[in-house]
Order: sequence, then structure tokens, then C-alpha cells
Amino acid sequence: MTVVYDDLGDEAAEEVPMRRIRFTINGAKKIAEIEPRLLLSHLIRRGVGLTGTHMGCDTTNCGACTVLVDGKPIKSCTMLAVQVDGREVTTVEGLASMSELHPLQEGFKQEHGLQCGFCTPGMMMAAKGLLDRNPEPTEEDVRWALSGNLCRCTGYQNIVKSVLWAAEKIRAEG
Amino acid sequence: MTETTARPAALDEIKIGGLGASRKRVEDDRFIRGKGNYTDDITLPGMLHMEILRSPLPHARIKSIDTSKAWEIPGVHLVLTGEMMATRNLAWMPTLSYDTQAVLATDKVRFQGQEVAAVIADDPYIAKDACDAIDVDYEPLPPIVNPAQAQADGAPVIRDDKEGQVNNVIYDWEVGDKTGTDRAFAQADVISKIELHYPRSHPSPIECCGSVADFNRATGKLTVYMTTQAPHIIRAAVAMVAELPEQMIRIVSPDIGGGFGNKVPIYPGYVVSILASILLERPVKWIEDKTGNLISTGFARDIYLQGELALRNDGKILGMRMHTDADHGAFFADAQPSKFKIGLMHSTFAAYDIPAAHLTARGVYTNKAPGGVAYRCSFRVTEAMFFQERMIQAAADDLGMDQAAFRRMNFVKDDDFPHRTPFGFLTDSGQYAKCLDVGLKAIDYENFRKEQQEARKQGRLLGLGISTMTEPLGAGNSREYDILGIKMFDSADLKVHMTGKAILRTGAKTQGQGHETTWGQIVAHELGIPAEDVTVEEGDTDTAPFGMGTYASRSTPVAGAAVAMVSRKIRAKARKLAAHLLEVSEEDVEWELGRFYVRSAPERGVTIQECAMAAYSNMPDGMEPGLENTAYYDPPNLTWPFAVYIVTVEVDPATGVWDVLKTVAVDDCGVRINPMIVEGQIMGGLTEAYAMASMQFITFDGDGNCVGSNYMDYLLPSAWETPGFELHSEVVTPCPHHPIGAKGIGECAAVGGPAAFVNAVMDALSGTGVRNIDMPVLPDRVWEALQTHHDVSGAPPVRSDS
Amino acid sequence: MYPSRFRYEAPRSLDEAIALLRDGGDDAKVLAGGQSLVPMMKLRFASPELLVDINGLPGLDYHVAEPDGSLHVGALCRHADLEWSPLLKSSQPTMAAAAPVIADPLVRNRGTLVGSLCHADPQGDWAAVMLALGGSVVAQGPSGKRVIPLTDFVTGPFTNTLEHDEIAVEAVVPAARGLRAGGYLKLERRVGDFATCGVAVAIETAPASGTVTRAGIALSGVGGATINATEAAAALTGQPLTPGTISAAADRAASTARPKTDHRGSAEYKRHMVRMFVARILNGTAPTAGAAGAAGKAA
Repeated sequence: MTVVYDDLGDEAAEEVPMRRIRFTINGAKKIAEIEPRLLLSHLIRRGVGLTGTHMGCDTTNCGACTVLVDGKPIKSCTMLAVQVDGREVTTVEGLASMSELHPLQEGFKQEHGLQCGFCTPGMMMAAKGLLDRNPEPTEEDVRWALSGNLCRCTGYQNIVKSVLWAAEKIRAEG
Repeated sequence: MTETTARPAALDEIKIGGLGASRKRVEDDRFIRGKGNYTDDITLPGMLHMEILRSPLPHARIKSIDTSKAWEIPGVHLVLTGEMMATRNLAWMPTLSYDTQAVLATDKVRFQGQEVAAVIADDPYIAKDACDAIDVDYEPLPPIVNPAQAQADGAPVIRDDKEGQVNNVIYDWEVGDKTGTDRAFAQADVISKIELHYPRSHPSPIECCGSVADFNRATGKLTVYMTTQAPHIIRAAVAMVAELPEQMIRIVSPDIGGGFGNKVPIYPGYVVSILASILLERPVKWIEDKTGNLISTGFARDIYLQGELALRNDGKILGMRMHTDADHGAFFADAQPSKFKIGLMHSTFAAYDIPAAHLTARGVYTNKAPGGVAYRCSFRVTEAMFFQERMIQAAADDLGMDQAAFRRMNFVKDDDFPHRTPFGFLTDSGQYAKCLDVGLKAIDYENFRKEQQEARKQGRLLGLGISTMTEPLGAGNSREYDILGIKMFDSADLKVHMTGKAILRTGAKTQGQGHETTWGQIVAHELGIPAEDVTVEEGDTDTAPFGMGTYASRSTPVAGAAVAMVSRKIRAKARKLAAHLLEVSEEDVEWELGRFYVRSAPERGVTIQECAMAAYSNMPDGMEPGLENTAYYDPPNLTWPFAVYIVTVEVDPATGVWDVLKTVAVDDCGVRINPMIVEGQIMGGLTEAYAMASMQFITFDGDGNCVGSNYMDYLLPSAWETPGFELHSEVVTPCPHHPIGAKGIGECAAVGGPAAFVNAVMDALSGTGVRNIDMPVLPDRVWEALQTHHDVSGAPPVRSDS
Repeated sequence: MYPSRFRYEAPRSLDEAIALLRDGGDDAKVLAGGQSLVPMMKLRFASPELLVDINGLPGLDYHVAEPDGSLHVGALCRHADLEWSPLLKSSQPTMAAAAPVIADPLVRNRGTLVGSLCHADPQGDWAAVMLALGGSVVAQGPSGKRVIPLTDFVTGPFTNTLEHDEIAVEAVVPAARGLRAGGYLKLERRVGDFATCGVAVAIETAPASGTVTRAGIALSGVGGATINATEAAAALTGQPLTPGTISAAADRAASTARPKTDHRGSAEYKRHMVRMFVARILNGTAPTAGAAGAAGKAA
């Protein structure tokens, strides 16, 4: 792999501490050479090139950046990329298998759970975390589990319906 | 040409995704896979990254800026200051309201968060490091955070850059009949007054603003991918500001993560990124952070009301008087039709039959970000209708009349249309009383009032709030509406290919409203082409017909109308082709969904797809080949949806916390293209109404610091706080002038909703002597009102101990 | 939202971590959940020179009740582990009430109780809970372990008494001698909001008489630091729980609060809410956790 940089004539460029990590993302094994200060969301978006994980705030509130790390939904903007060394990351792009959609993705489409789509990947990953832990959530359980994910467009009602739709489909398929 | 012995069954319009079909959305397929294409997803070869340095002070003279350390940081390509912009005449730019706005500050900073410098570097981390290394020497000046301070004796003149500006007043504006209104008030039995502040809010879509500017020196073409709801307006503005010819500017609005009016104005970041790209001859990406978005981009509201109603004892409203003071921030940059300084504030009370009215409005400069027209406001109609329903509530209380009965008796009646309001608007359709009936039944009004009385005896405070309104959506006809002199028409370009599939482009720009789904439904309705055979594209000025973009709920009324009209043009040509194929004259040809047939022999017909093929392979003599057309639509009037929102709440008197018990929404927006999508818009609007009513606002402390410039303080409700909504669609009054009878809907719930929540809380507090608590109706404000029996204002500056 | 540059180490053992801190200078910070530290670094309110990431240290993610009845919470036990803990729900009412209202569900998957105590935010919830329970922090350094009572642990906003080469490895809640009761109520405008005020009440009663044998009341968000309302607690101790004793304790607690008037409300309101919350918890009329505008999650 060849990487080319601008030579702006600065010696200090050599001193940037870099770190090498190995991680799995959506089942694919990766190696990255990164600065420790790189946020996990930037590793995903710019390093790996998966832009489905979005960034919507700078204070760990909105949840648009939610991904799974070792199966748990977390806010990728508040984790350093170096912290996924040896870990498994799952993003929205990893939800579907080959050409088949995950029931959550189907549910969001069936129940009109998205409008602009920006919060949607984060919502689905948080919902996946819920359904992995609790396959038969009530509406209250869903609202509680998504209380770290903000949406401006939908008013949440259809998002809740989408998740419940998915829960039912997963149960029906055994 | 097909000859069949039996007449084929008619197409089912719902099955082919026509009007009224709750068609699943086309755009979902990419969003649910994480394959949306938002501005920050775009990477171009050689792309650099830009960060902006913002002022920490609300009002200060800039004594010096030292960027030398920033230049030294490895990876930095360019550091721009206002002084450097000034050498290219770009330190200031025109606003959409004929004022000027600083791009990068030169003499002074005029609001906290104002853009002072910009760094372009290899990556945003380095750009941020370099911003931190810039040294700015400020000389603080006294900050102004509300209109009273702005107009006080000795207040510093914020816009001392403007020749002739001797104070902080921007404009005085009035409309209506002062004499007639004064007379009405003189004759009134009761005069009801209320004063309140509609606090500063912010649309805050989850996606922030940003641009990727790409100037190609070899071709001379500038391409800008950016978060804009109105790409053609941007192209026109960039042509003016950058002095590049329009055809060499391409604005591409890709997927937008929510707009709500925040992505209409032209922001300094866009301009600086464009200049940087021109100077560096490389793509430059600028994506703001949430703090930048909240503290500097187009905010909403921040208006003070003094409202009065002249009333007769039996409840008839004789006259209405309103004075508003608008806090515009440091630059007058409202995005609204240029004739109206305070937007469509004068659409207030349009649902009520009022003989005389007068509105005066003043706008002032303060040390805050510029804006005011945003956030699902329909051009200040959010304020107009909130003020209206707060005044109506107070008036009914003052008269001792039932809230529903008072509204009903003053409504414009069904047979009064067309109705000219005292401010000159022409409302054309509605069934207001019926909507109110539906709402009252859904909330079980009579029973609730009984419950409320019983609960009172146990010290429990239940409340019910009603909000009703009609609002003008679909700006607008060319006689009265323009932005920067450009009339507010819109457009649709339809190309039907030879197999009958089509591509449609419009001058609108969807940000979640589902145009890719709904416009296809209009084509299906008009032409019988299945909606799934119609691809819809918007947002690229190189391919889209000229339009004024999507905001103020104008797309269905204007662009949607254009879609219907262009489809009809296509159908008119297809009719000629059908006659040719059927070998009859045009007068003998009839149309049913998707098919032309011979009137006297209905089994003989041709499908629209067969006509399309003929347009390329079997044209009659003298006919131009092809089946493509464009329509530009200048709406004859605005459309007037009507809504009733009713909310019930319980207030805990010990803590001031209030919970929503039930929310009912009755929306009459005429013909609904896609009921599922319409309901989605209403629920989104209701959430924003709930947000503004309960927790969401931007304010300022005594030192001019912005409180609410990040999501820790600017509170958006989550799924946990947001109540559920019961929506009603029983009442449908088609728009008499719209080609498919549709009206706008996207903003209705944000316009009418807040008053329903606030009125409900005030109703729970009735009898305590409290007339108004400013939004957001926070628990501490409710508690304070209950303790003191006084109104509670939320106007800045925030109270503090010091 | 881009942190400044720093050095980063991810030790595999506690000794290694301590050595890194010992040699790392004054400007090193321990990274556990990171849900308070990383946001501060992104805003550049904190710019440590070295981050020592302890997430790779084995065996620290526990929360267990020891045979003597004390509860031990390891440094890497996440808020979420506590939120869903059957142990807490059955034996630690104050903690069980607080865990669900820390930040939001996603932050709870990473953030740690011990980390939260070390961060020492005056608006932090766990500090109030642990003060009310008489808890302590176990610190480990080059010279071994020491136990630091919460009352001594926080010395000011965002400052604790750990030496620069010590790591907090555990938090301990002492065993109860009577029947535990109590709760945590937090007034927030929305999930994830900072507390307008938070009240932790932890009492023990004699099974037979119902007399309060131990009491702890602590307040968050109503002063420059978490407030240990010792006088209010003392007013309860040795008394039965009656409307009179409850009211007196609530008044006392409110009088120790030092709230500021700001955009979250007047000082008077916050003091009033402290009184309300103490009374509601003791009266058992509170929902088990509170958030403004909507009932908290039922435990």
C-alpha cells in the first residue's frame, strides 16, 4: 500500500505518536495505524470508509454515531479508536447479510421510522442492542433504550413501531 | 397499437402508487443500509479540511490577530482572516434581507461564536490545533441581549459599520387599519391584553451545516456540495458574491440530514470554503460542529408580543392589535420574502372573522447570531399563531367563556370563503368547526372538564389546551413574493423514456419530506405510470430546473403543482400520439388512468407506455419527437391548511413538573398525496412543538454568553420524554386552486402545536392569577408561578445570583 | 470536537498501569469508561499529556456482595451492569434507584461507577449515593492499597485525593446492619441532562422497632461539591420514621444545600426540590427514579 503526503518542510511531522491496532469491523479484519486522539467514529468514517455512522453533535448527546463494540451499543464519538484494538465493531453496514435486510432495517421501512435518515443508523444499532438483550420489549422498554438517541424528524412514535415490528419478526422467524 | 376484444380493467390508482397511497419510501432503501450521501460523506481527491475560529466574546473590538503560530503547524495550508478576505472584497456579504453580514470579522465581533478566522489543513484535527494557535486580542464592549437593552439610552451601536446607522433599530413596519382598529377598541366591552416572549429557538437538525467546495482551475468551474435547502438561490448568491458566471457554478445538495429552515441561509463557512478552494485549487471541506451550528446559524423566533383583543360581551372579537419587537441578532439575515420585514406575521388570526386589525413591528440588532426565520416557521407564522392562540386563550378567560365555544363563535364559517382577512390575505377553504368537533370528541372534552373539576378538589391540577389555526403555505404568487428579487415559483422537468419509465427533476430539495416518493405519486395520478417507474432527483443545479427550494412548507403547494402541470403537458402530447396510434381524431379520444381509448369503442385503446414508445418511433407528421417537458408554476395564492391541536396535561403543584396525558391533532391539509408521510410530518412537528413548550430554548446571560450552544444545554426531547400523538385525518377540504387539491402540511404542527401545550399548562393553573409563563414552561417556572401568583418571563438575560 | 495530541498506553496489568502513572508525570490521566473524560478532551477542557487506558486490565469488571455483607464494585464495572443487576435490585435500593438515571443507556454501557467517583463532578450522581451509603474508594499505588472514605475522597470540583501514581480499583459499600431502604431522585429536564438537583437517601432500620439505626443523605448539583447532609441524617438516626421526623430531616437537608440561581431554576426552587425529594424518598411515595417531565424507569 502506498501513501503519499505533502512535504511542507516541517521536521516536527515525524514526532506524531502513532499506534497500530487490529480490529474486526462487520466481520472483516483490519489493521490501522492511527493517532491515539483519533475518535472511533472518525476511524469508521474516514479510515475504513463506512459513512453510515453519522456525527451529529460534539457533546455525546445525540447518538447518531452509535455502533456496537463487542455487541454493546456505544457512542463511537466518545471512544478513542485505539480502544477497539482486539475488539469487534459492528456498524449499520454490518446489519444486512448479503442482500437480505435485517428485520430492524425492514421494520424502519415498513413503519416509516425515518425521514431524513441521519439518526437512523444510530437508532437501529441502539435498537439492536436492546433486542439482543430483550427480545420482547414493551413500548416503554423501547423508548427507554433509545433515550440516548435524538431524532428531529419523526417524533419517535414510528421509530418505536419500527423496533416493535422488528422484534415481532425476529420472534416469528425463531 | 393494441387491439383487444374486451376492455381491460382500469388501473387501481392505489396499487400503482397514486394519490392517497401510503407508498413505502424510495429513499429508505439507501438510508437503512447506511448508504446515504450526506455532505460529510463526500470525499474528493486532494481534499483539505477547514475549521473556523469563533469569537468567545459577544461584543468586542478586534485589536489584532496573530496567525503566525498557526501557519507553523505541520499540515496547515492556509489561514484566512477578515483582513485577507477584505482584500478580495469578501469580508462582508449581502444577506437575504438586503443587509450585510460579516464573513470573517474585521473591525469588531458582534456575537459570541462569530467567525473570526479559518484554517485549512490536511485534516480537521490539525485545523483545530491551528485554530487554537491563533492569538486574537479583543477589547470587550458592553453586550446587548434583548430589545430593551438595544434601545436603552446610551446603548452601544452594534452596527457601527453601517453608514447612517445611529442606533440599533433595523426597521419599523406596520400593516392593517389603525383608525378602524382604534375605533373597535373604543367600542369594546372588554379589552384583553397579554404580553409574552417567544424565546429564541434553533431548528437544530441532527446533521450540521457544511460544504465541500471544489474549484477546478482548468475548467473554471466551481462545484459546491453543500447542505442547502435551496441550491438555485445559493447559485444566484454565489454568482453575485464570488463574481463567477452562473453556468460555471454547480451547487449540489446531496442527502440532507434535516433542514427545518436552518439550511436556507448562506453562511460564512460556505463562502470561506469556496474562496479557500479557489485560492488553493483543491477541494475544501468545511463541516461545522454542533456548537458552531447552534451558536451562529439561522436561529428561530425571539420575538416579544404585546397583544390586545377588543371584545363584545357575547364573545365576538371586534378588533385585534399587536405589536411585536423582534430580536434579529447582529445582522438582519432573515430568509423570507423581501416585501415582509416580519415575514407573514400578519397572517395571524386568519382563521377568525375579525373586522379590524392593526399590527406594528419593530426589529432591532443585538449581540447574537443573525436569523429569526427558521424552524418550521412558515416565515414567522409560528409566532403569528402562537401569539394568536395565547391571546385567544386569555380573551376567553377574561370573558369567562368556554375555550372551545369562544373559538367556534369567531371562526370564519364554511360558507364565508373566499374570505379576506383584515391584513389582506385571502383564505379560500376550510371546515373549521368540523375539525374542532373532531378534536373535542377525540379528547372527550366534556368528560375531561368534569374530571378536571373533580381532580381540583383533591388538589390535583389537570389542564386542557386548545390551539386552532389556518396558515398560509406555498409562497408564493409573483405579485407579492420574491427573495432577492427572484419570484417564488417552482418547477418540474419530466422526461418519459421510450419504455414508459420516467425521470422527474424539480426545483425543490427534500430533506426528509419524502419527495422521491411523493412526486412519483403525482405522476402516477396524472399519467398512470406506476410510481415505482418514476425516478425523482433534486438538488443539482446542473440538472434540476430552476426552483426556489424547500422551506416554509412550499413544496407540495408549488413544486408539487408543477409536477402535476408538467405531467398534464406530457399527457396532452401523449393524447396526440394516442390519436395517431388509434387512427382517430383527438376529439374522439378519452383518457382513463394510464390509457387512452376511443370513446365509441372503449375496448380500443393504447397505454401511456405505448404512447411513449410512439414518441420515439412512430410520430405523426410534423410532431417533434420525444416525450419530455418542463413546467414552471406561479401559484395564484397560498394554500390554507387548518389544524386543531388539543393537549391535556397534569401539573404536579409540588414540583412544577407537568406530564402530557394526551395529544390530539386534527389536520385538514386537503388532498394527502401519501397519508403515511403526511402523518410523519405532523408527528415531527408535534415533537418540536412539545420540545419548545417544555425544555428547548437558547438564552443569554448578563455577560452575553450564549446558554444553549450545545446539546447539554439546548435540550431536545428523546423518545422517553416525547408523548404519543393521536392523529386525525377525517376532514379533507381540497384546495380550490391547487391542481390536485393539496395544501402544505410540513410545518403545521410546529406552528399550531406549542400553544396547545402551553394553553394546557396555563389551564391547569387557572384560578391562580397566572396569565402567562413563557416557553419553555420549565418546572421551576411553573413552581415560581404557583408560589407568587405572577406571570413568569423567560426573556434574557438569565437570572443569576450575581 | 477534536482532542489535542496525547500519548497513550494500554497496560495489561495493574502493576504496569501504576508504573506508567508513576513515570508519566503530573499530566497523566486514567482512562476507564471515558464518558466524562473524552467529552472534556473533545472540547479541550482537558488536555492530558498521557492517557493510561485500564480497559485491558483483567478481573476488574465485577460487582459482588462479600460474605460480610459489603458490596464491592470493581473499576471496570459499567453503569449498565449495575442498572440491570439483580443483586442491586434486591439489596441496594439507593444504588438501584440511581443506576438507571446516570446519563443515557449508551453512555451507561461504557461509563463506570468508580470512574465517575474519580471524576468528582459536583453534579455526578454516584458520589451522592456513595456518600449517603458511607462508601469508600480503594486505591492502589506503588506502595500498595489504601481505603479512602468518600467523605475524604473528593476535595473540590473535579479533584480527588488520589496520588498521581494511584489508581482507584474498587468502590466499597459497607455491610448493612439493619434493613436497607432509600432511593435516589434526580430532577432533570430530560434523560442525559445534568441534574438540577439530585438527592440520595440511604437508611437502615431496626427490623423490630422500625427505628432508624443509620442514615445518610447526600445532595448533587446544589453546591460546588456533592453535599453530605450529615446533620439531616443525624436528625433521623435513632428515631422512628414519622411525618415529623421526615419533615425535619428534609428541612435540614434543604438548608445545607448551596444552590445557585441559573437557567435551571432559582436557588429557592432547587432548595425546595431538595426538601421535596428527601421527603418523597423517605415517605416511599417517590417513583423509584425521577426525571422531570416523565416518570423514571421502574426498577
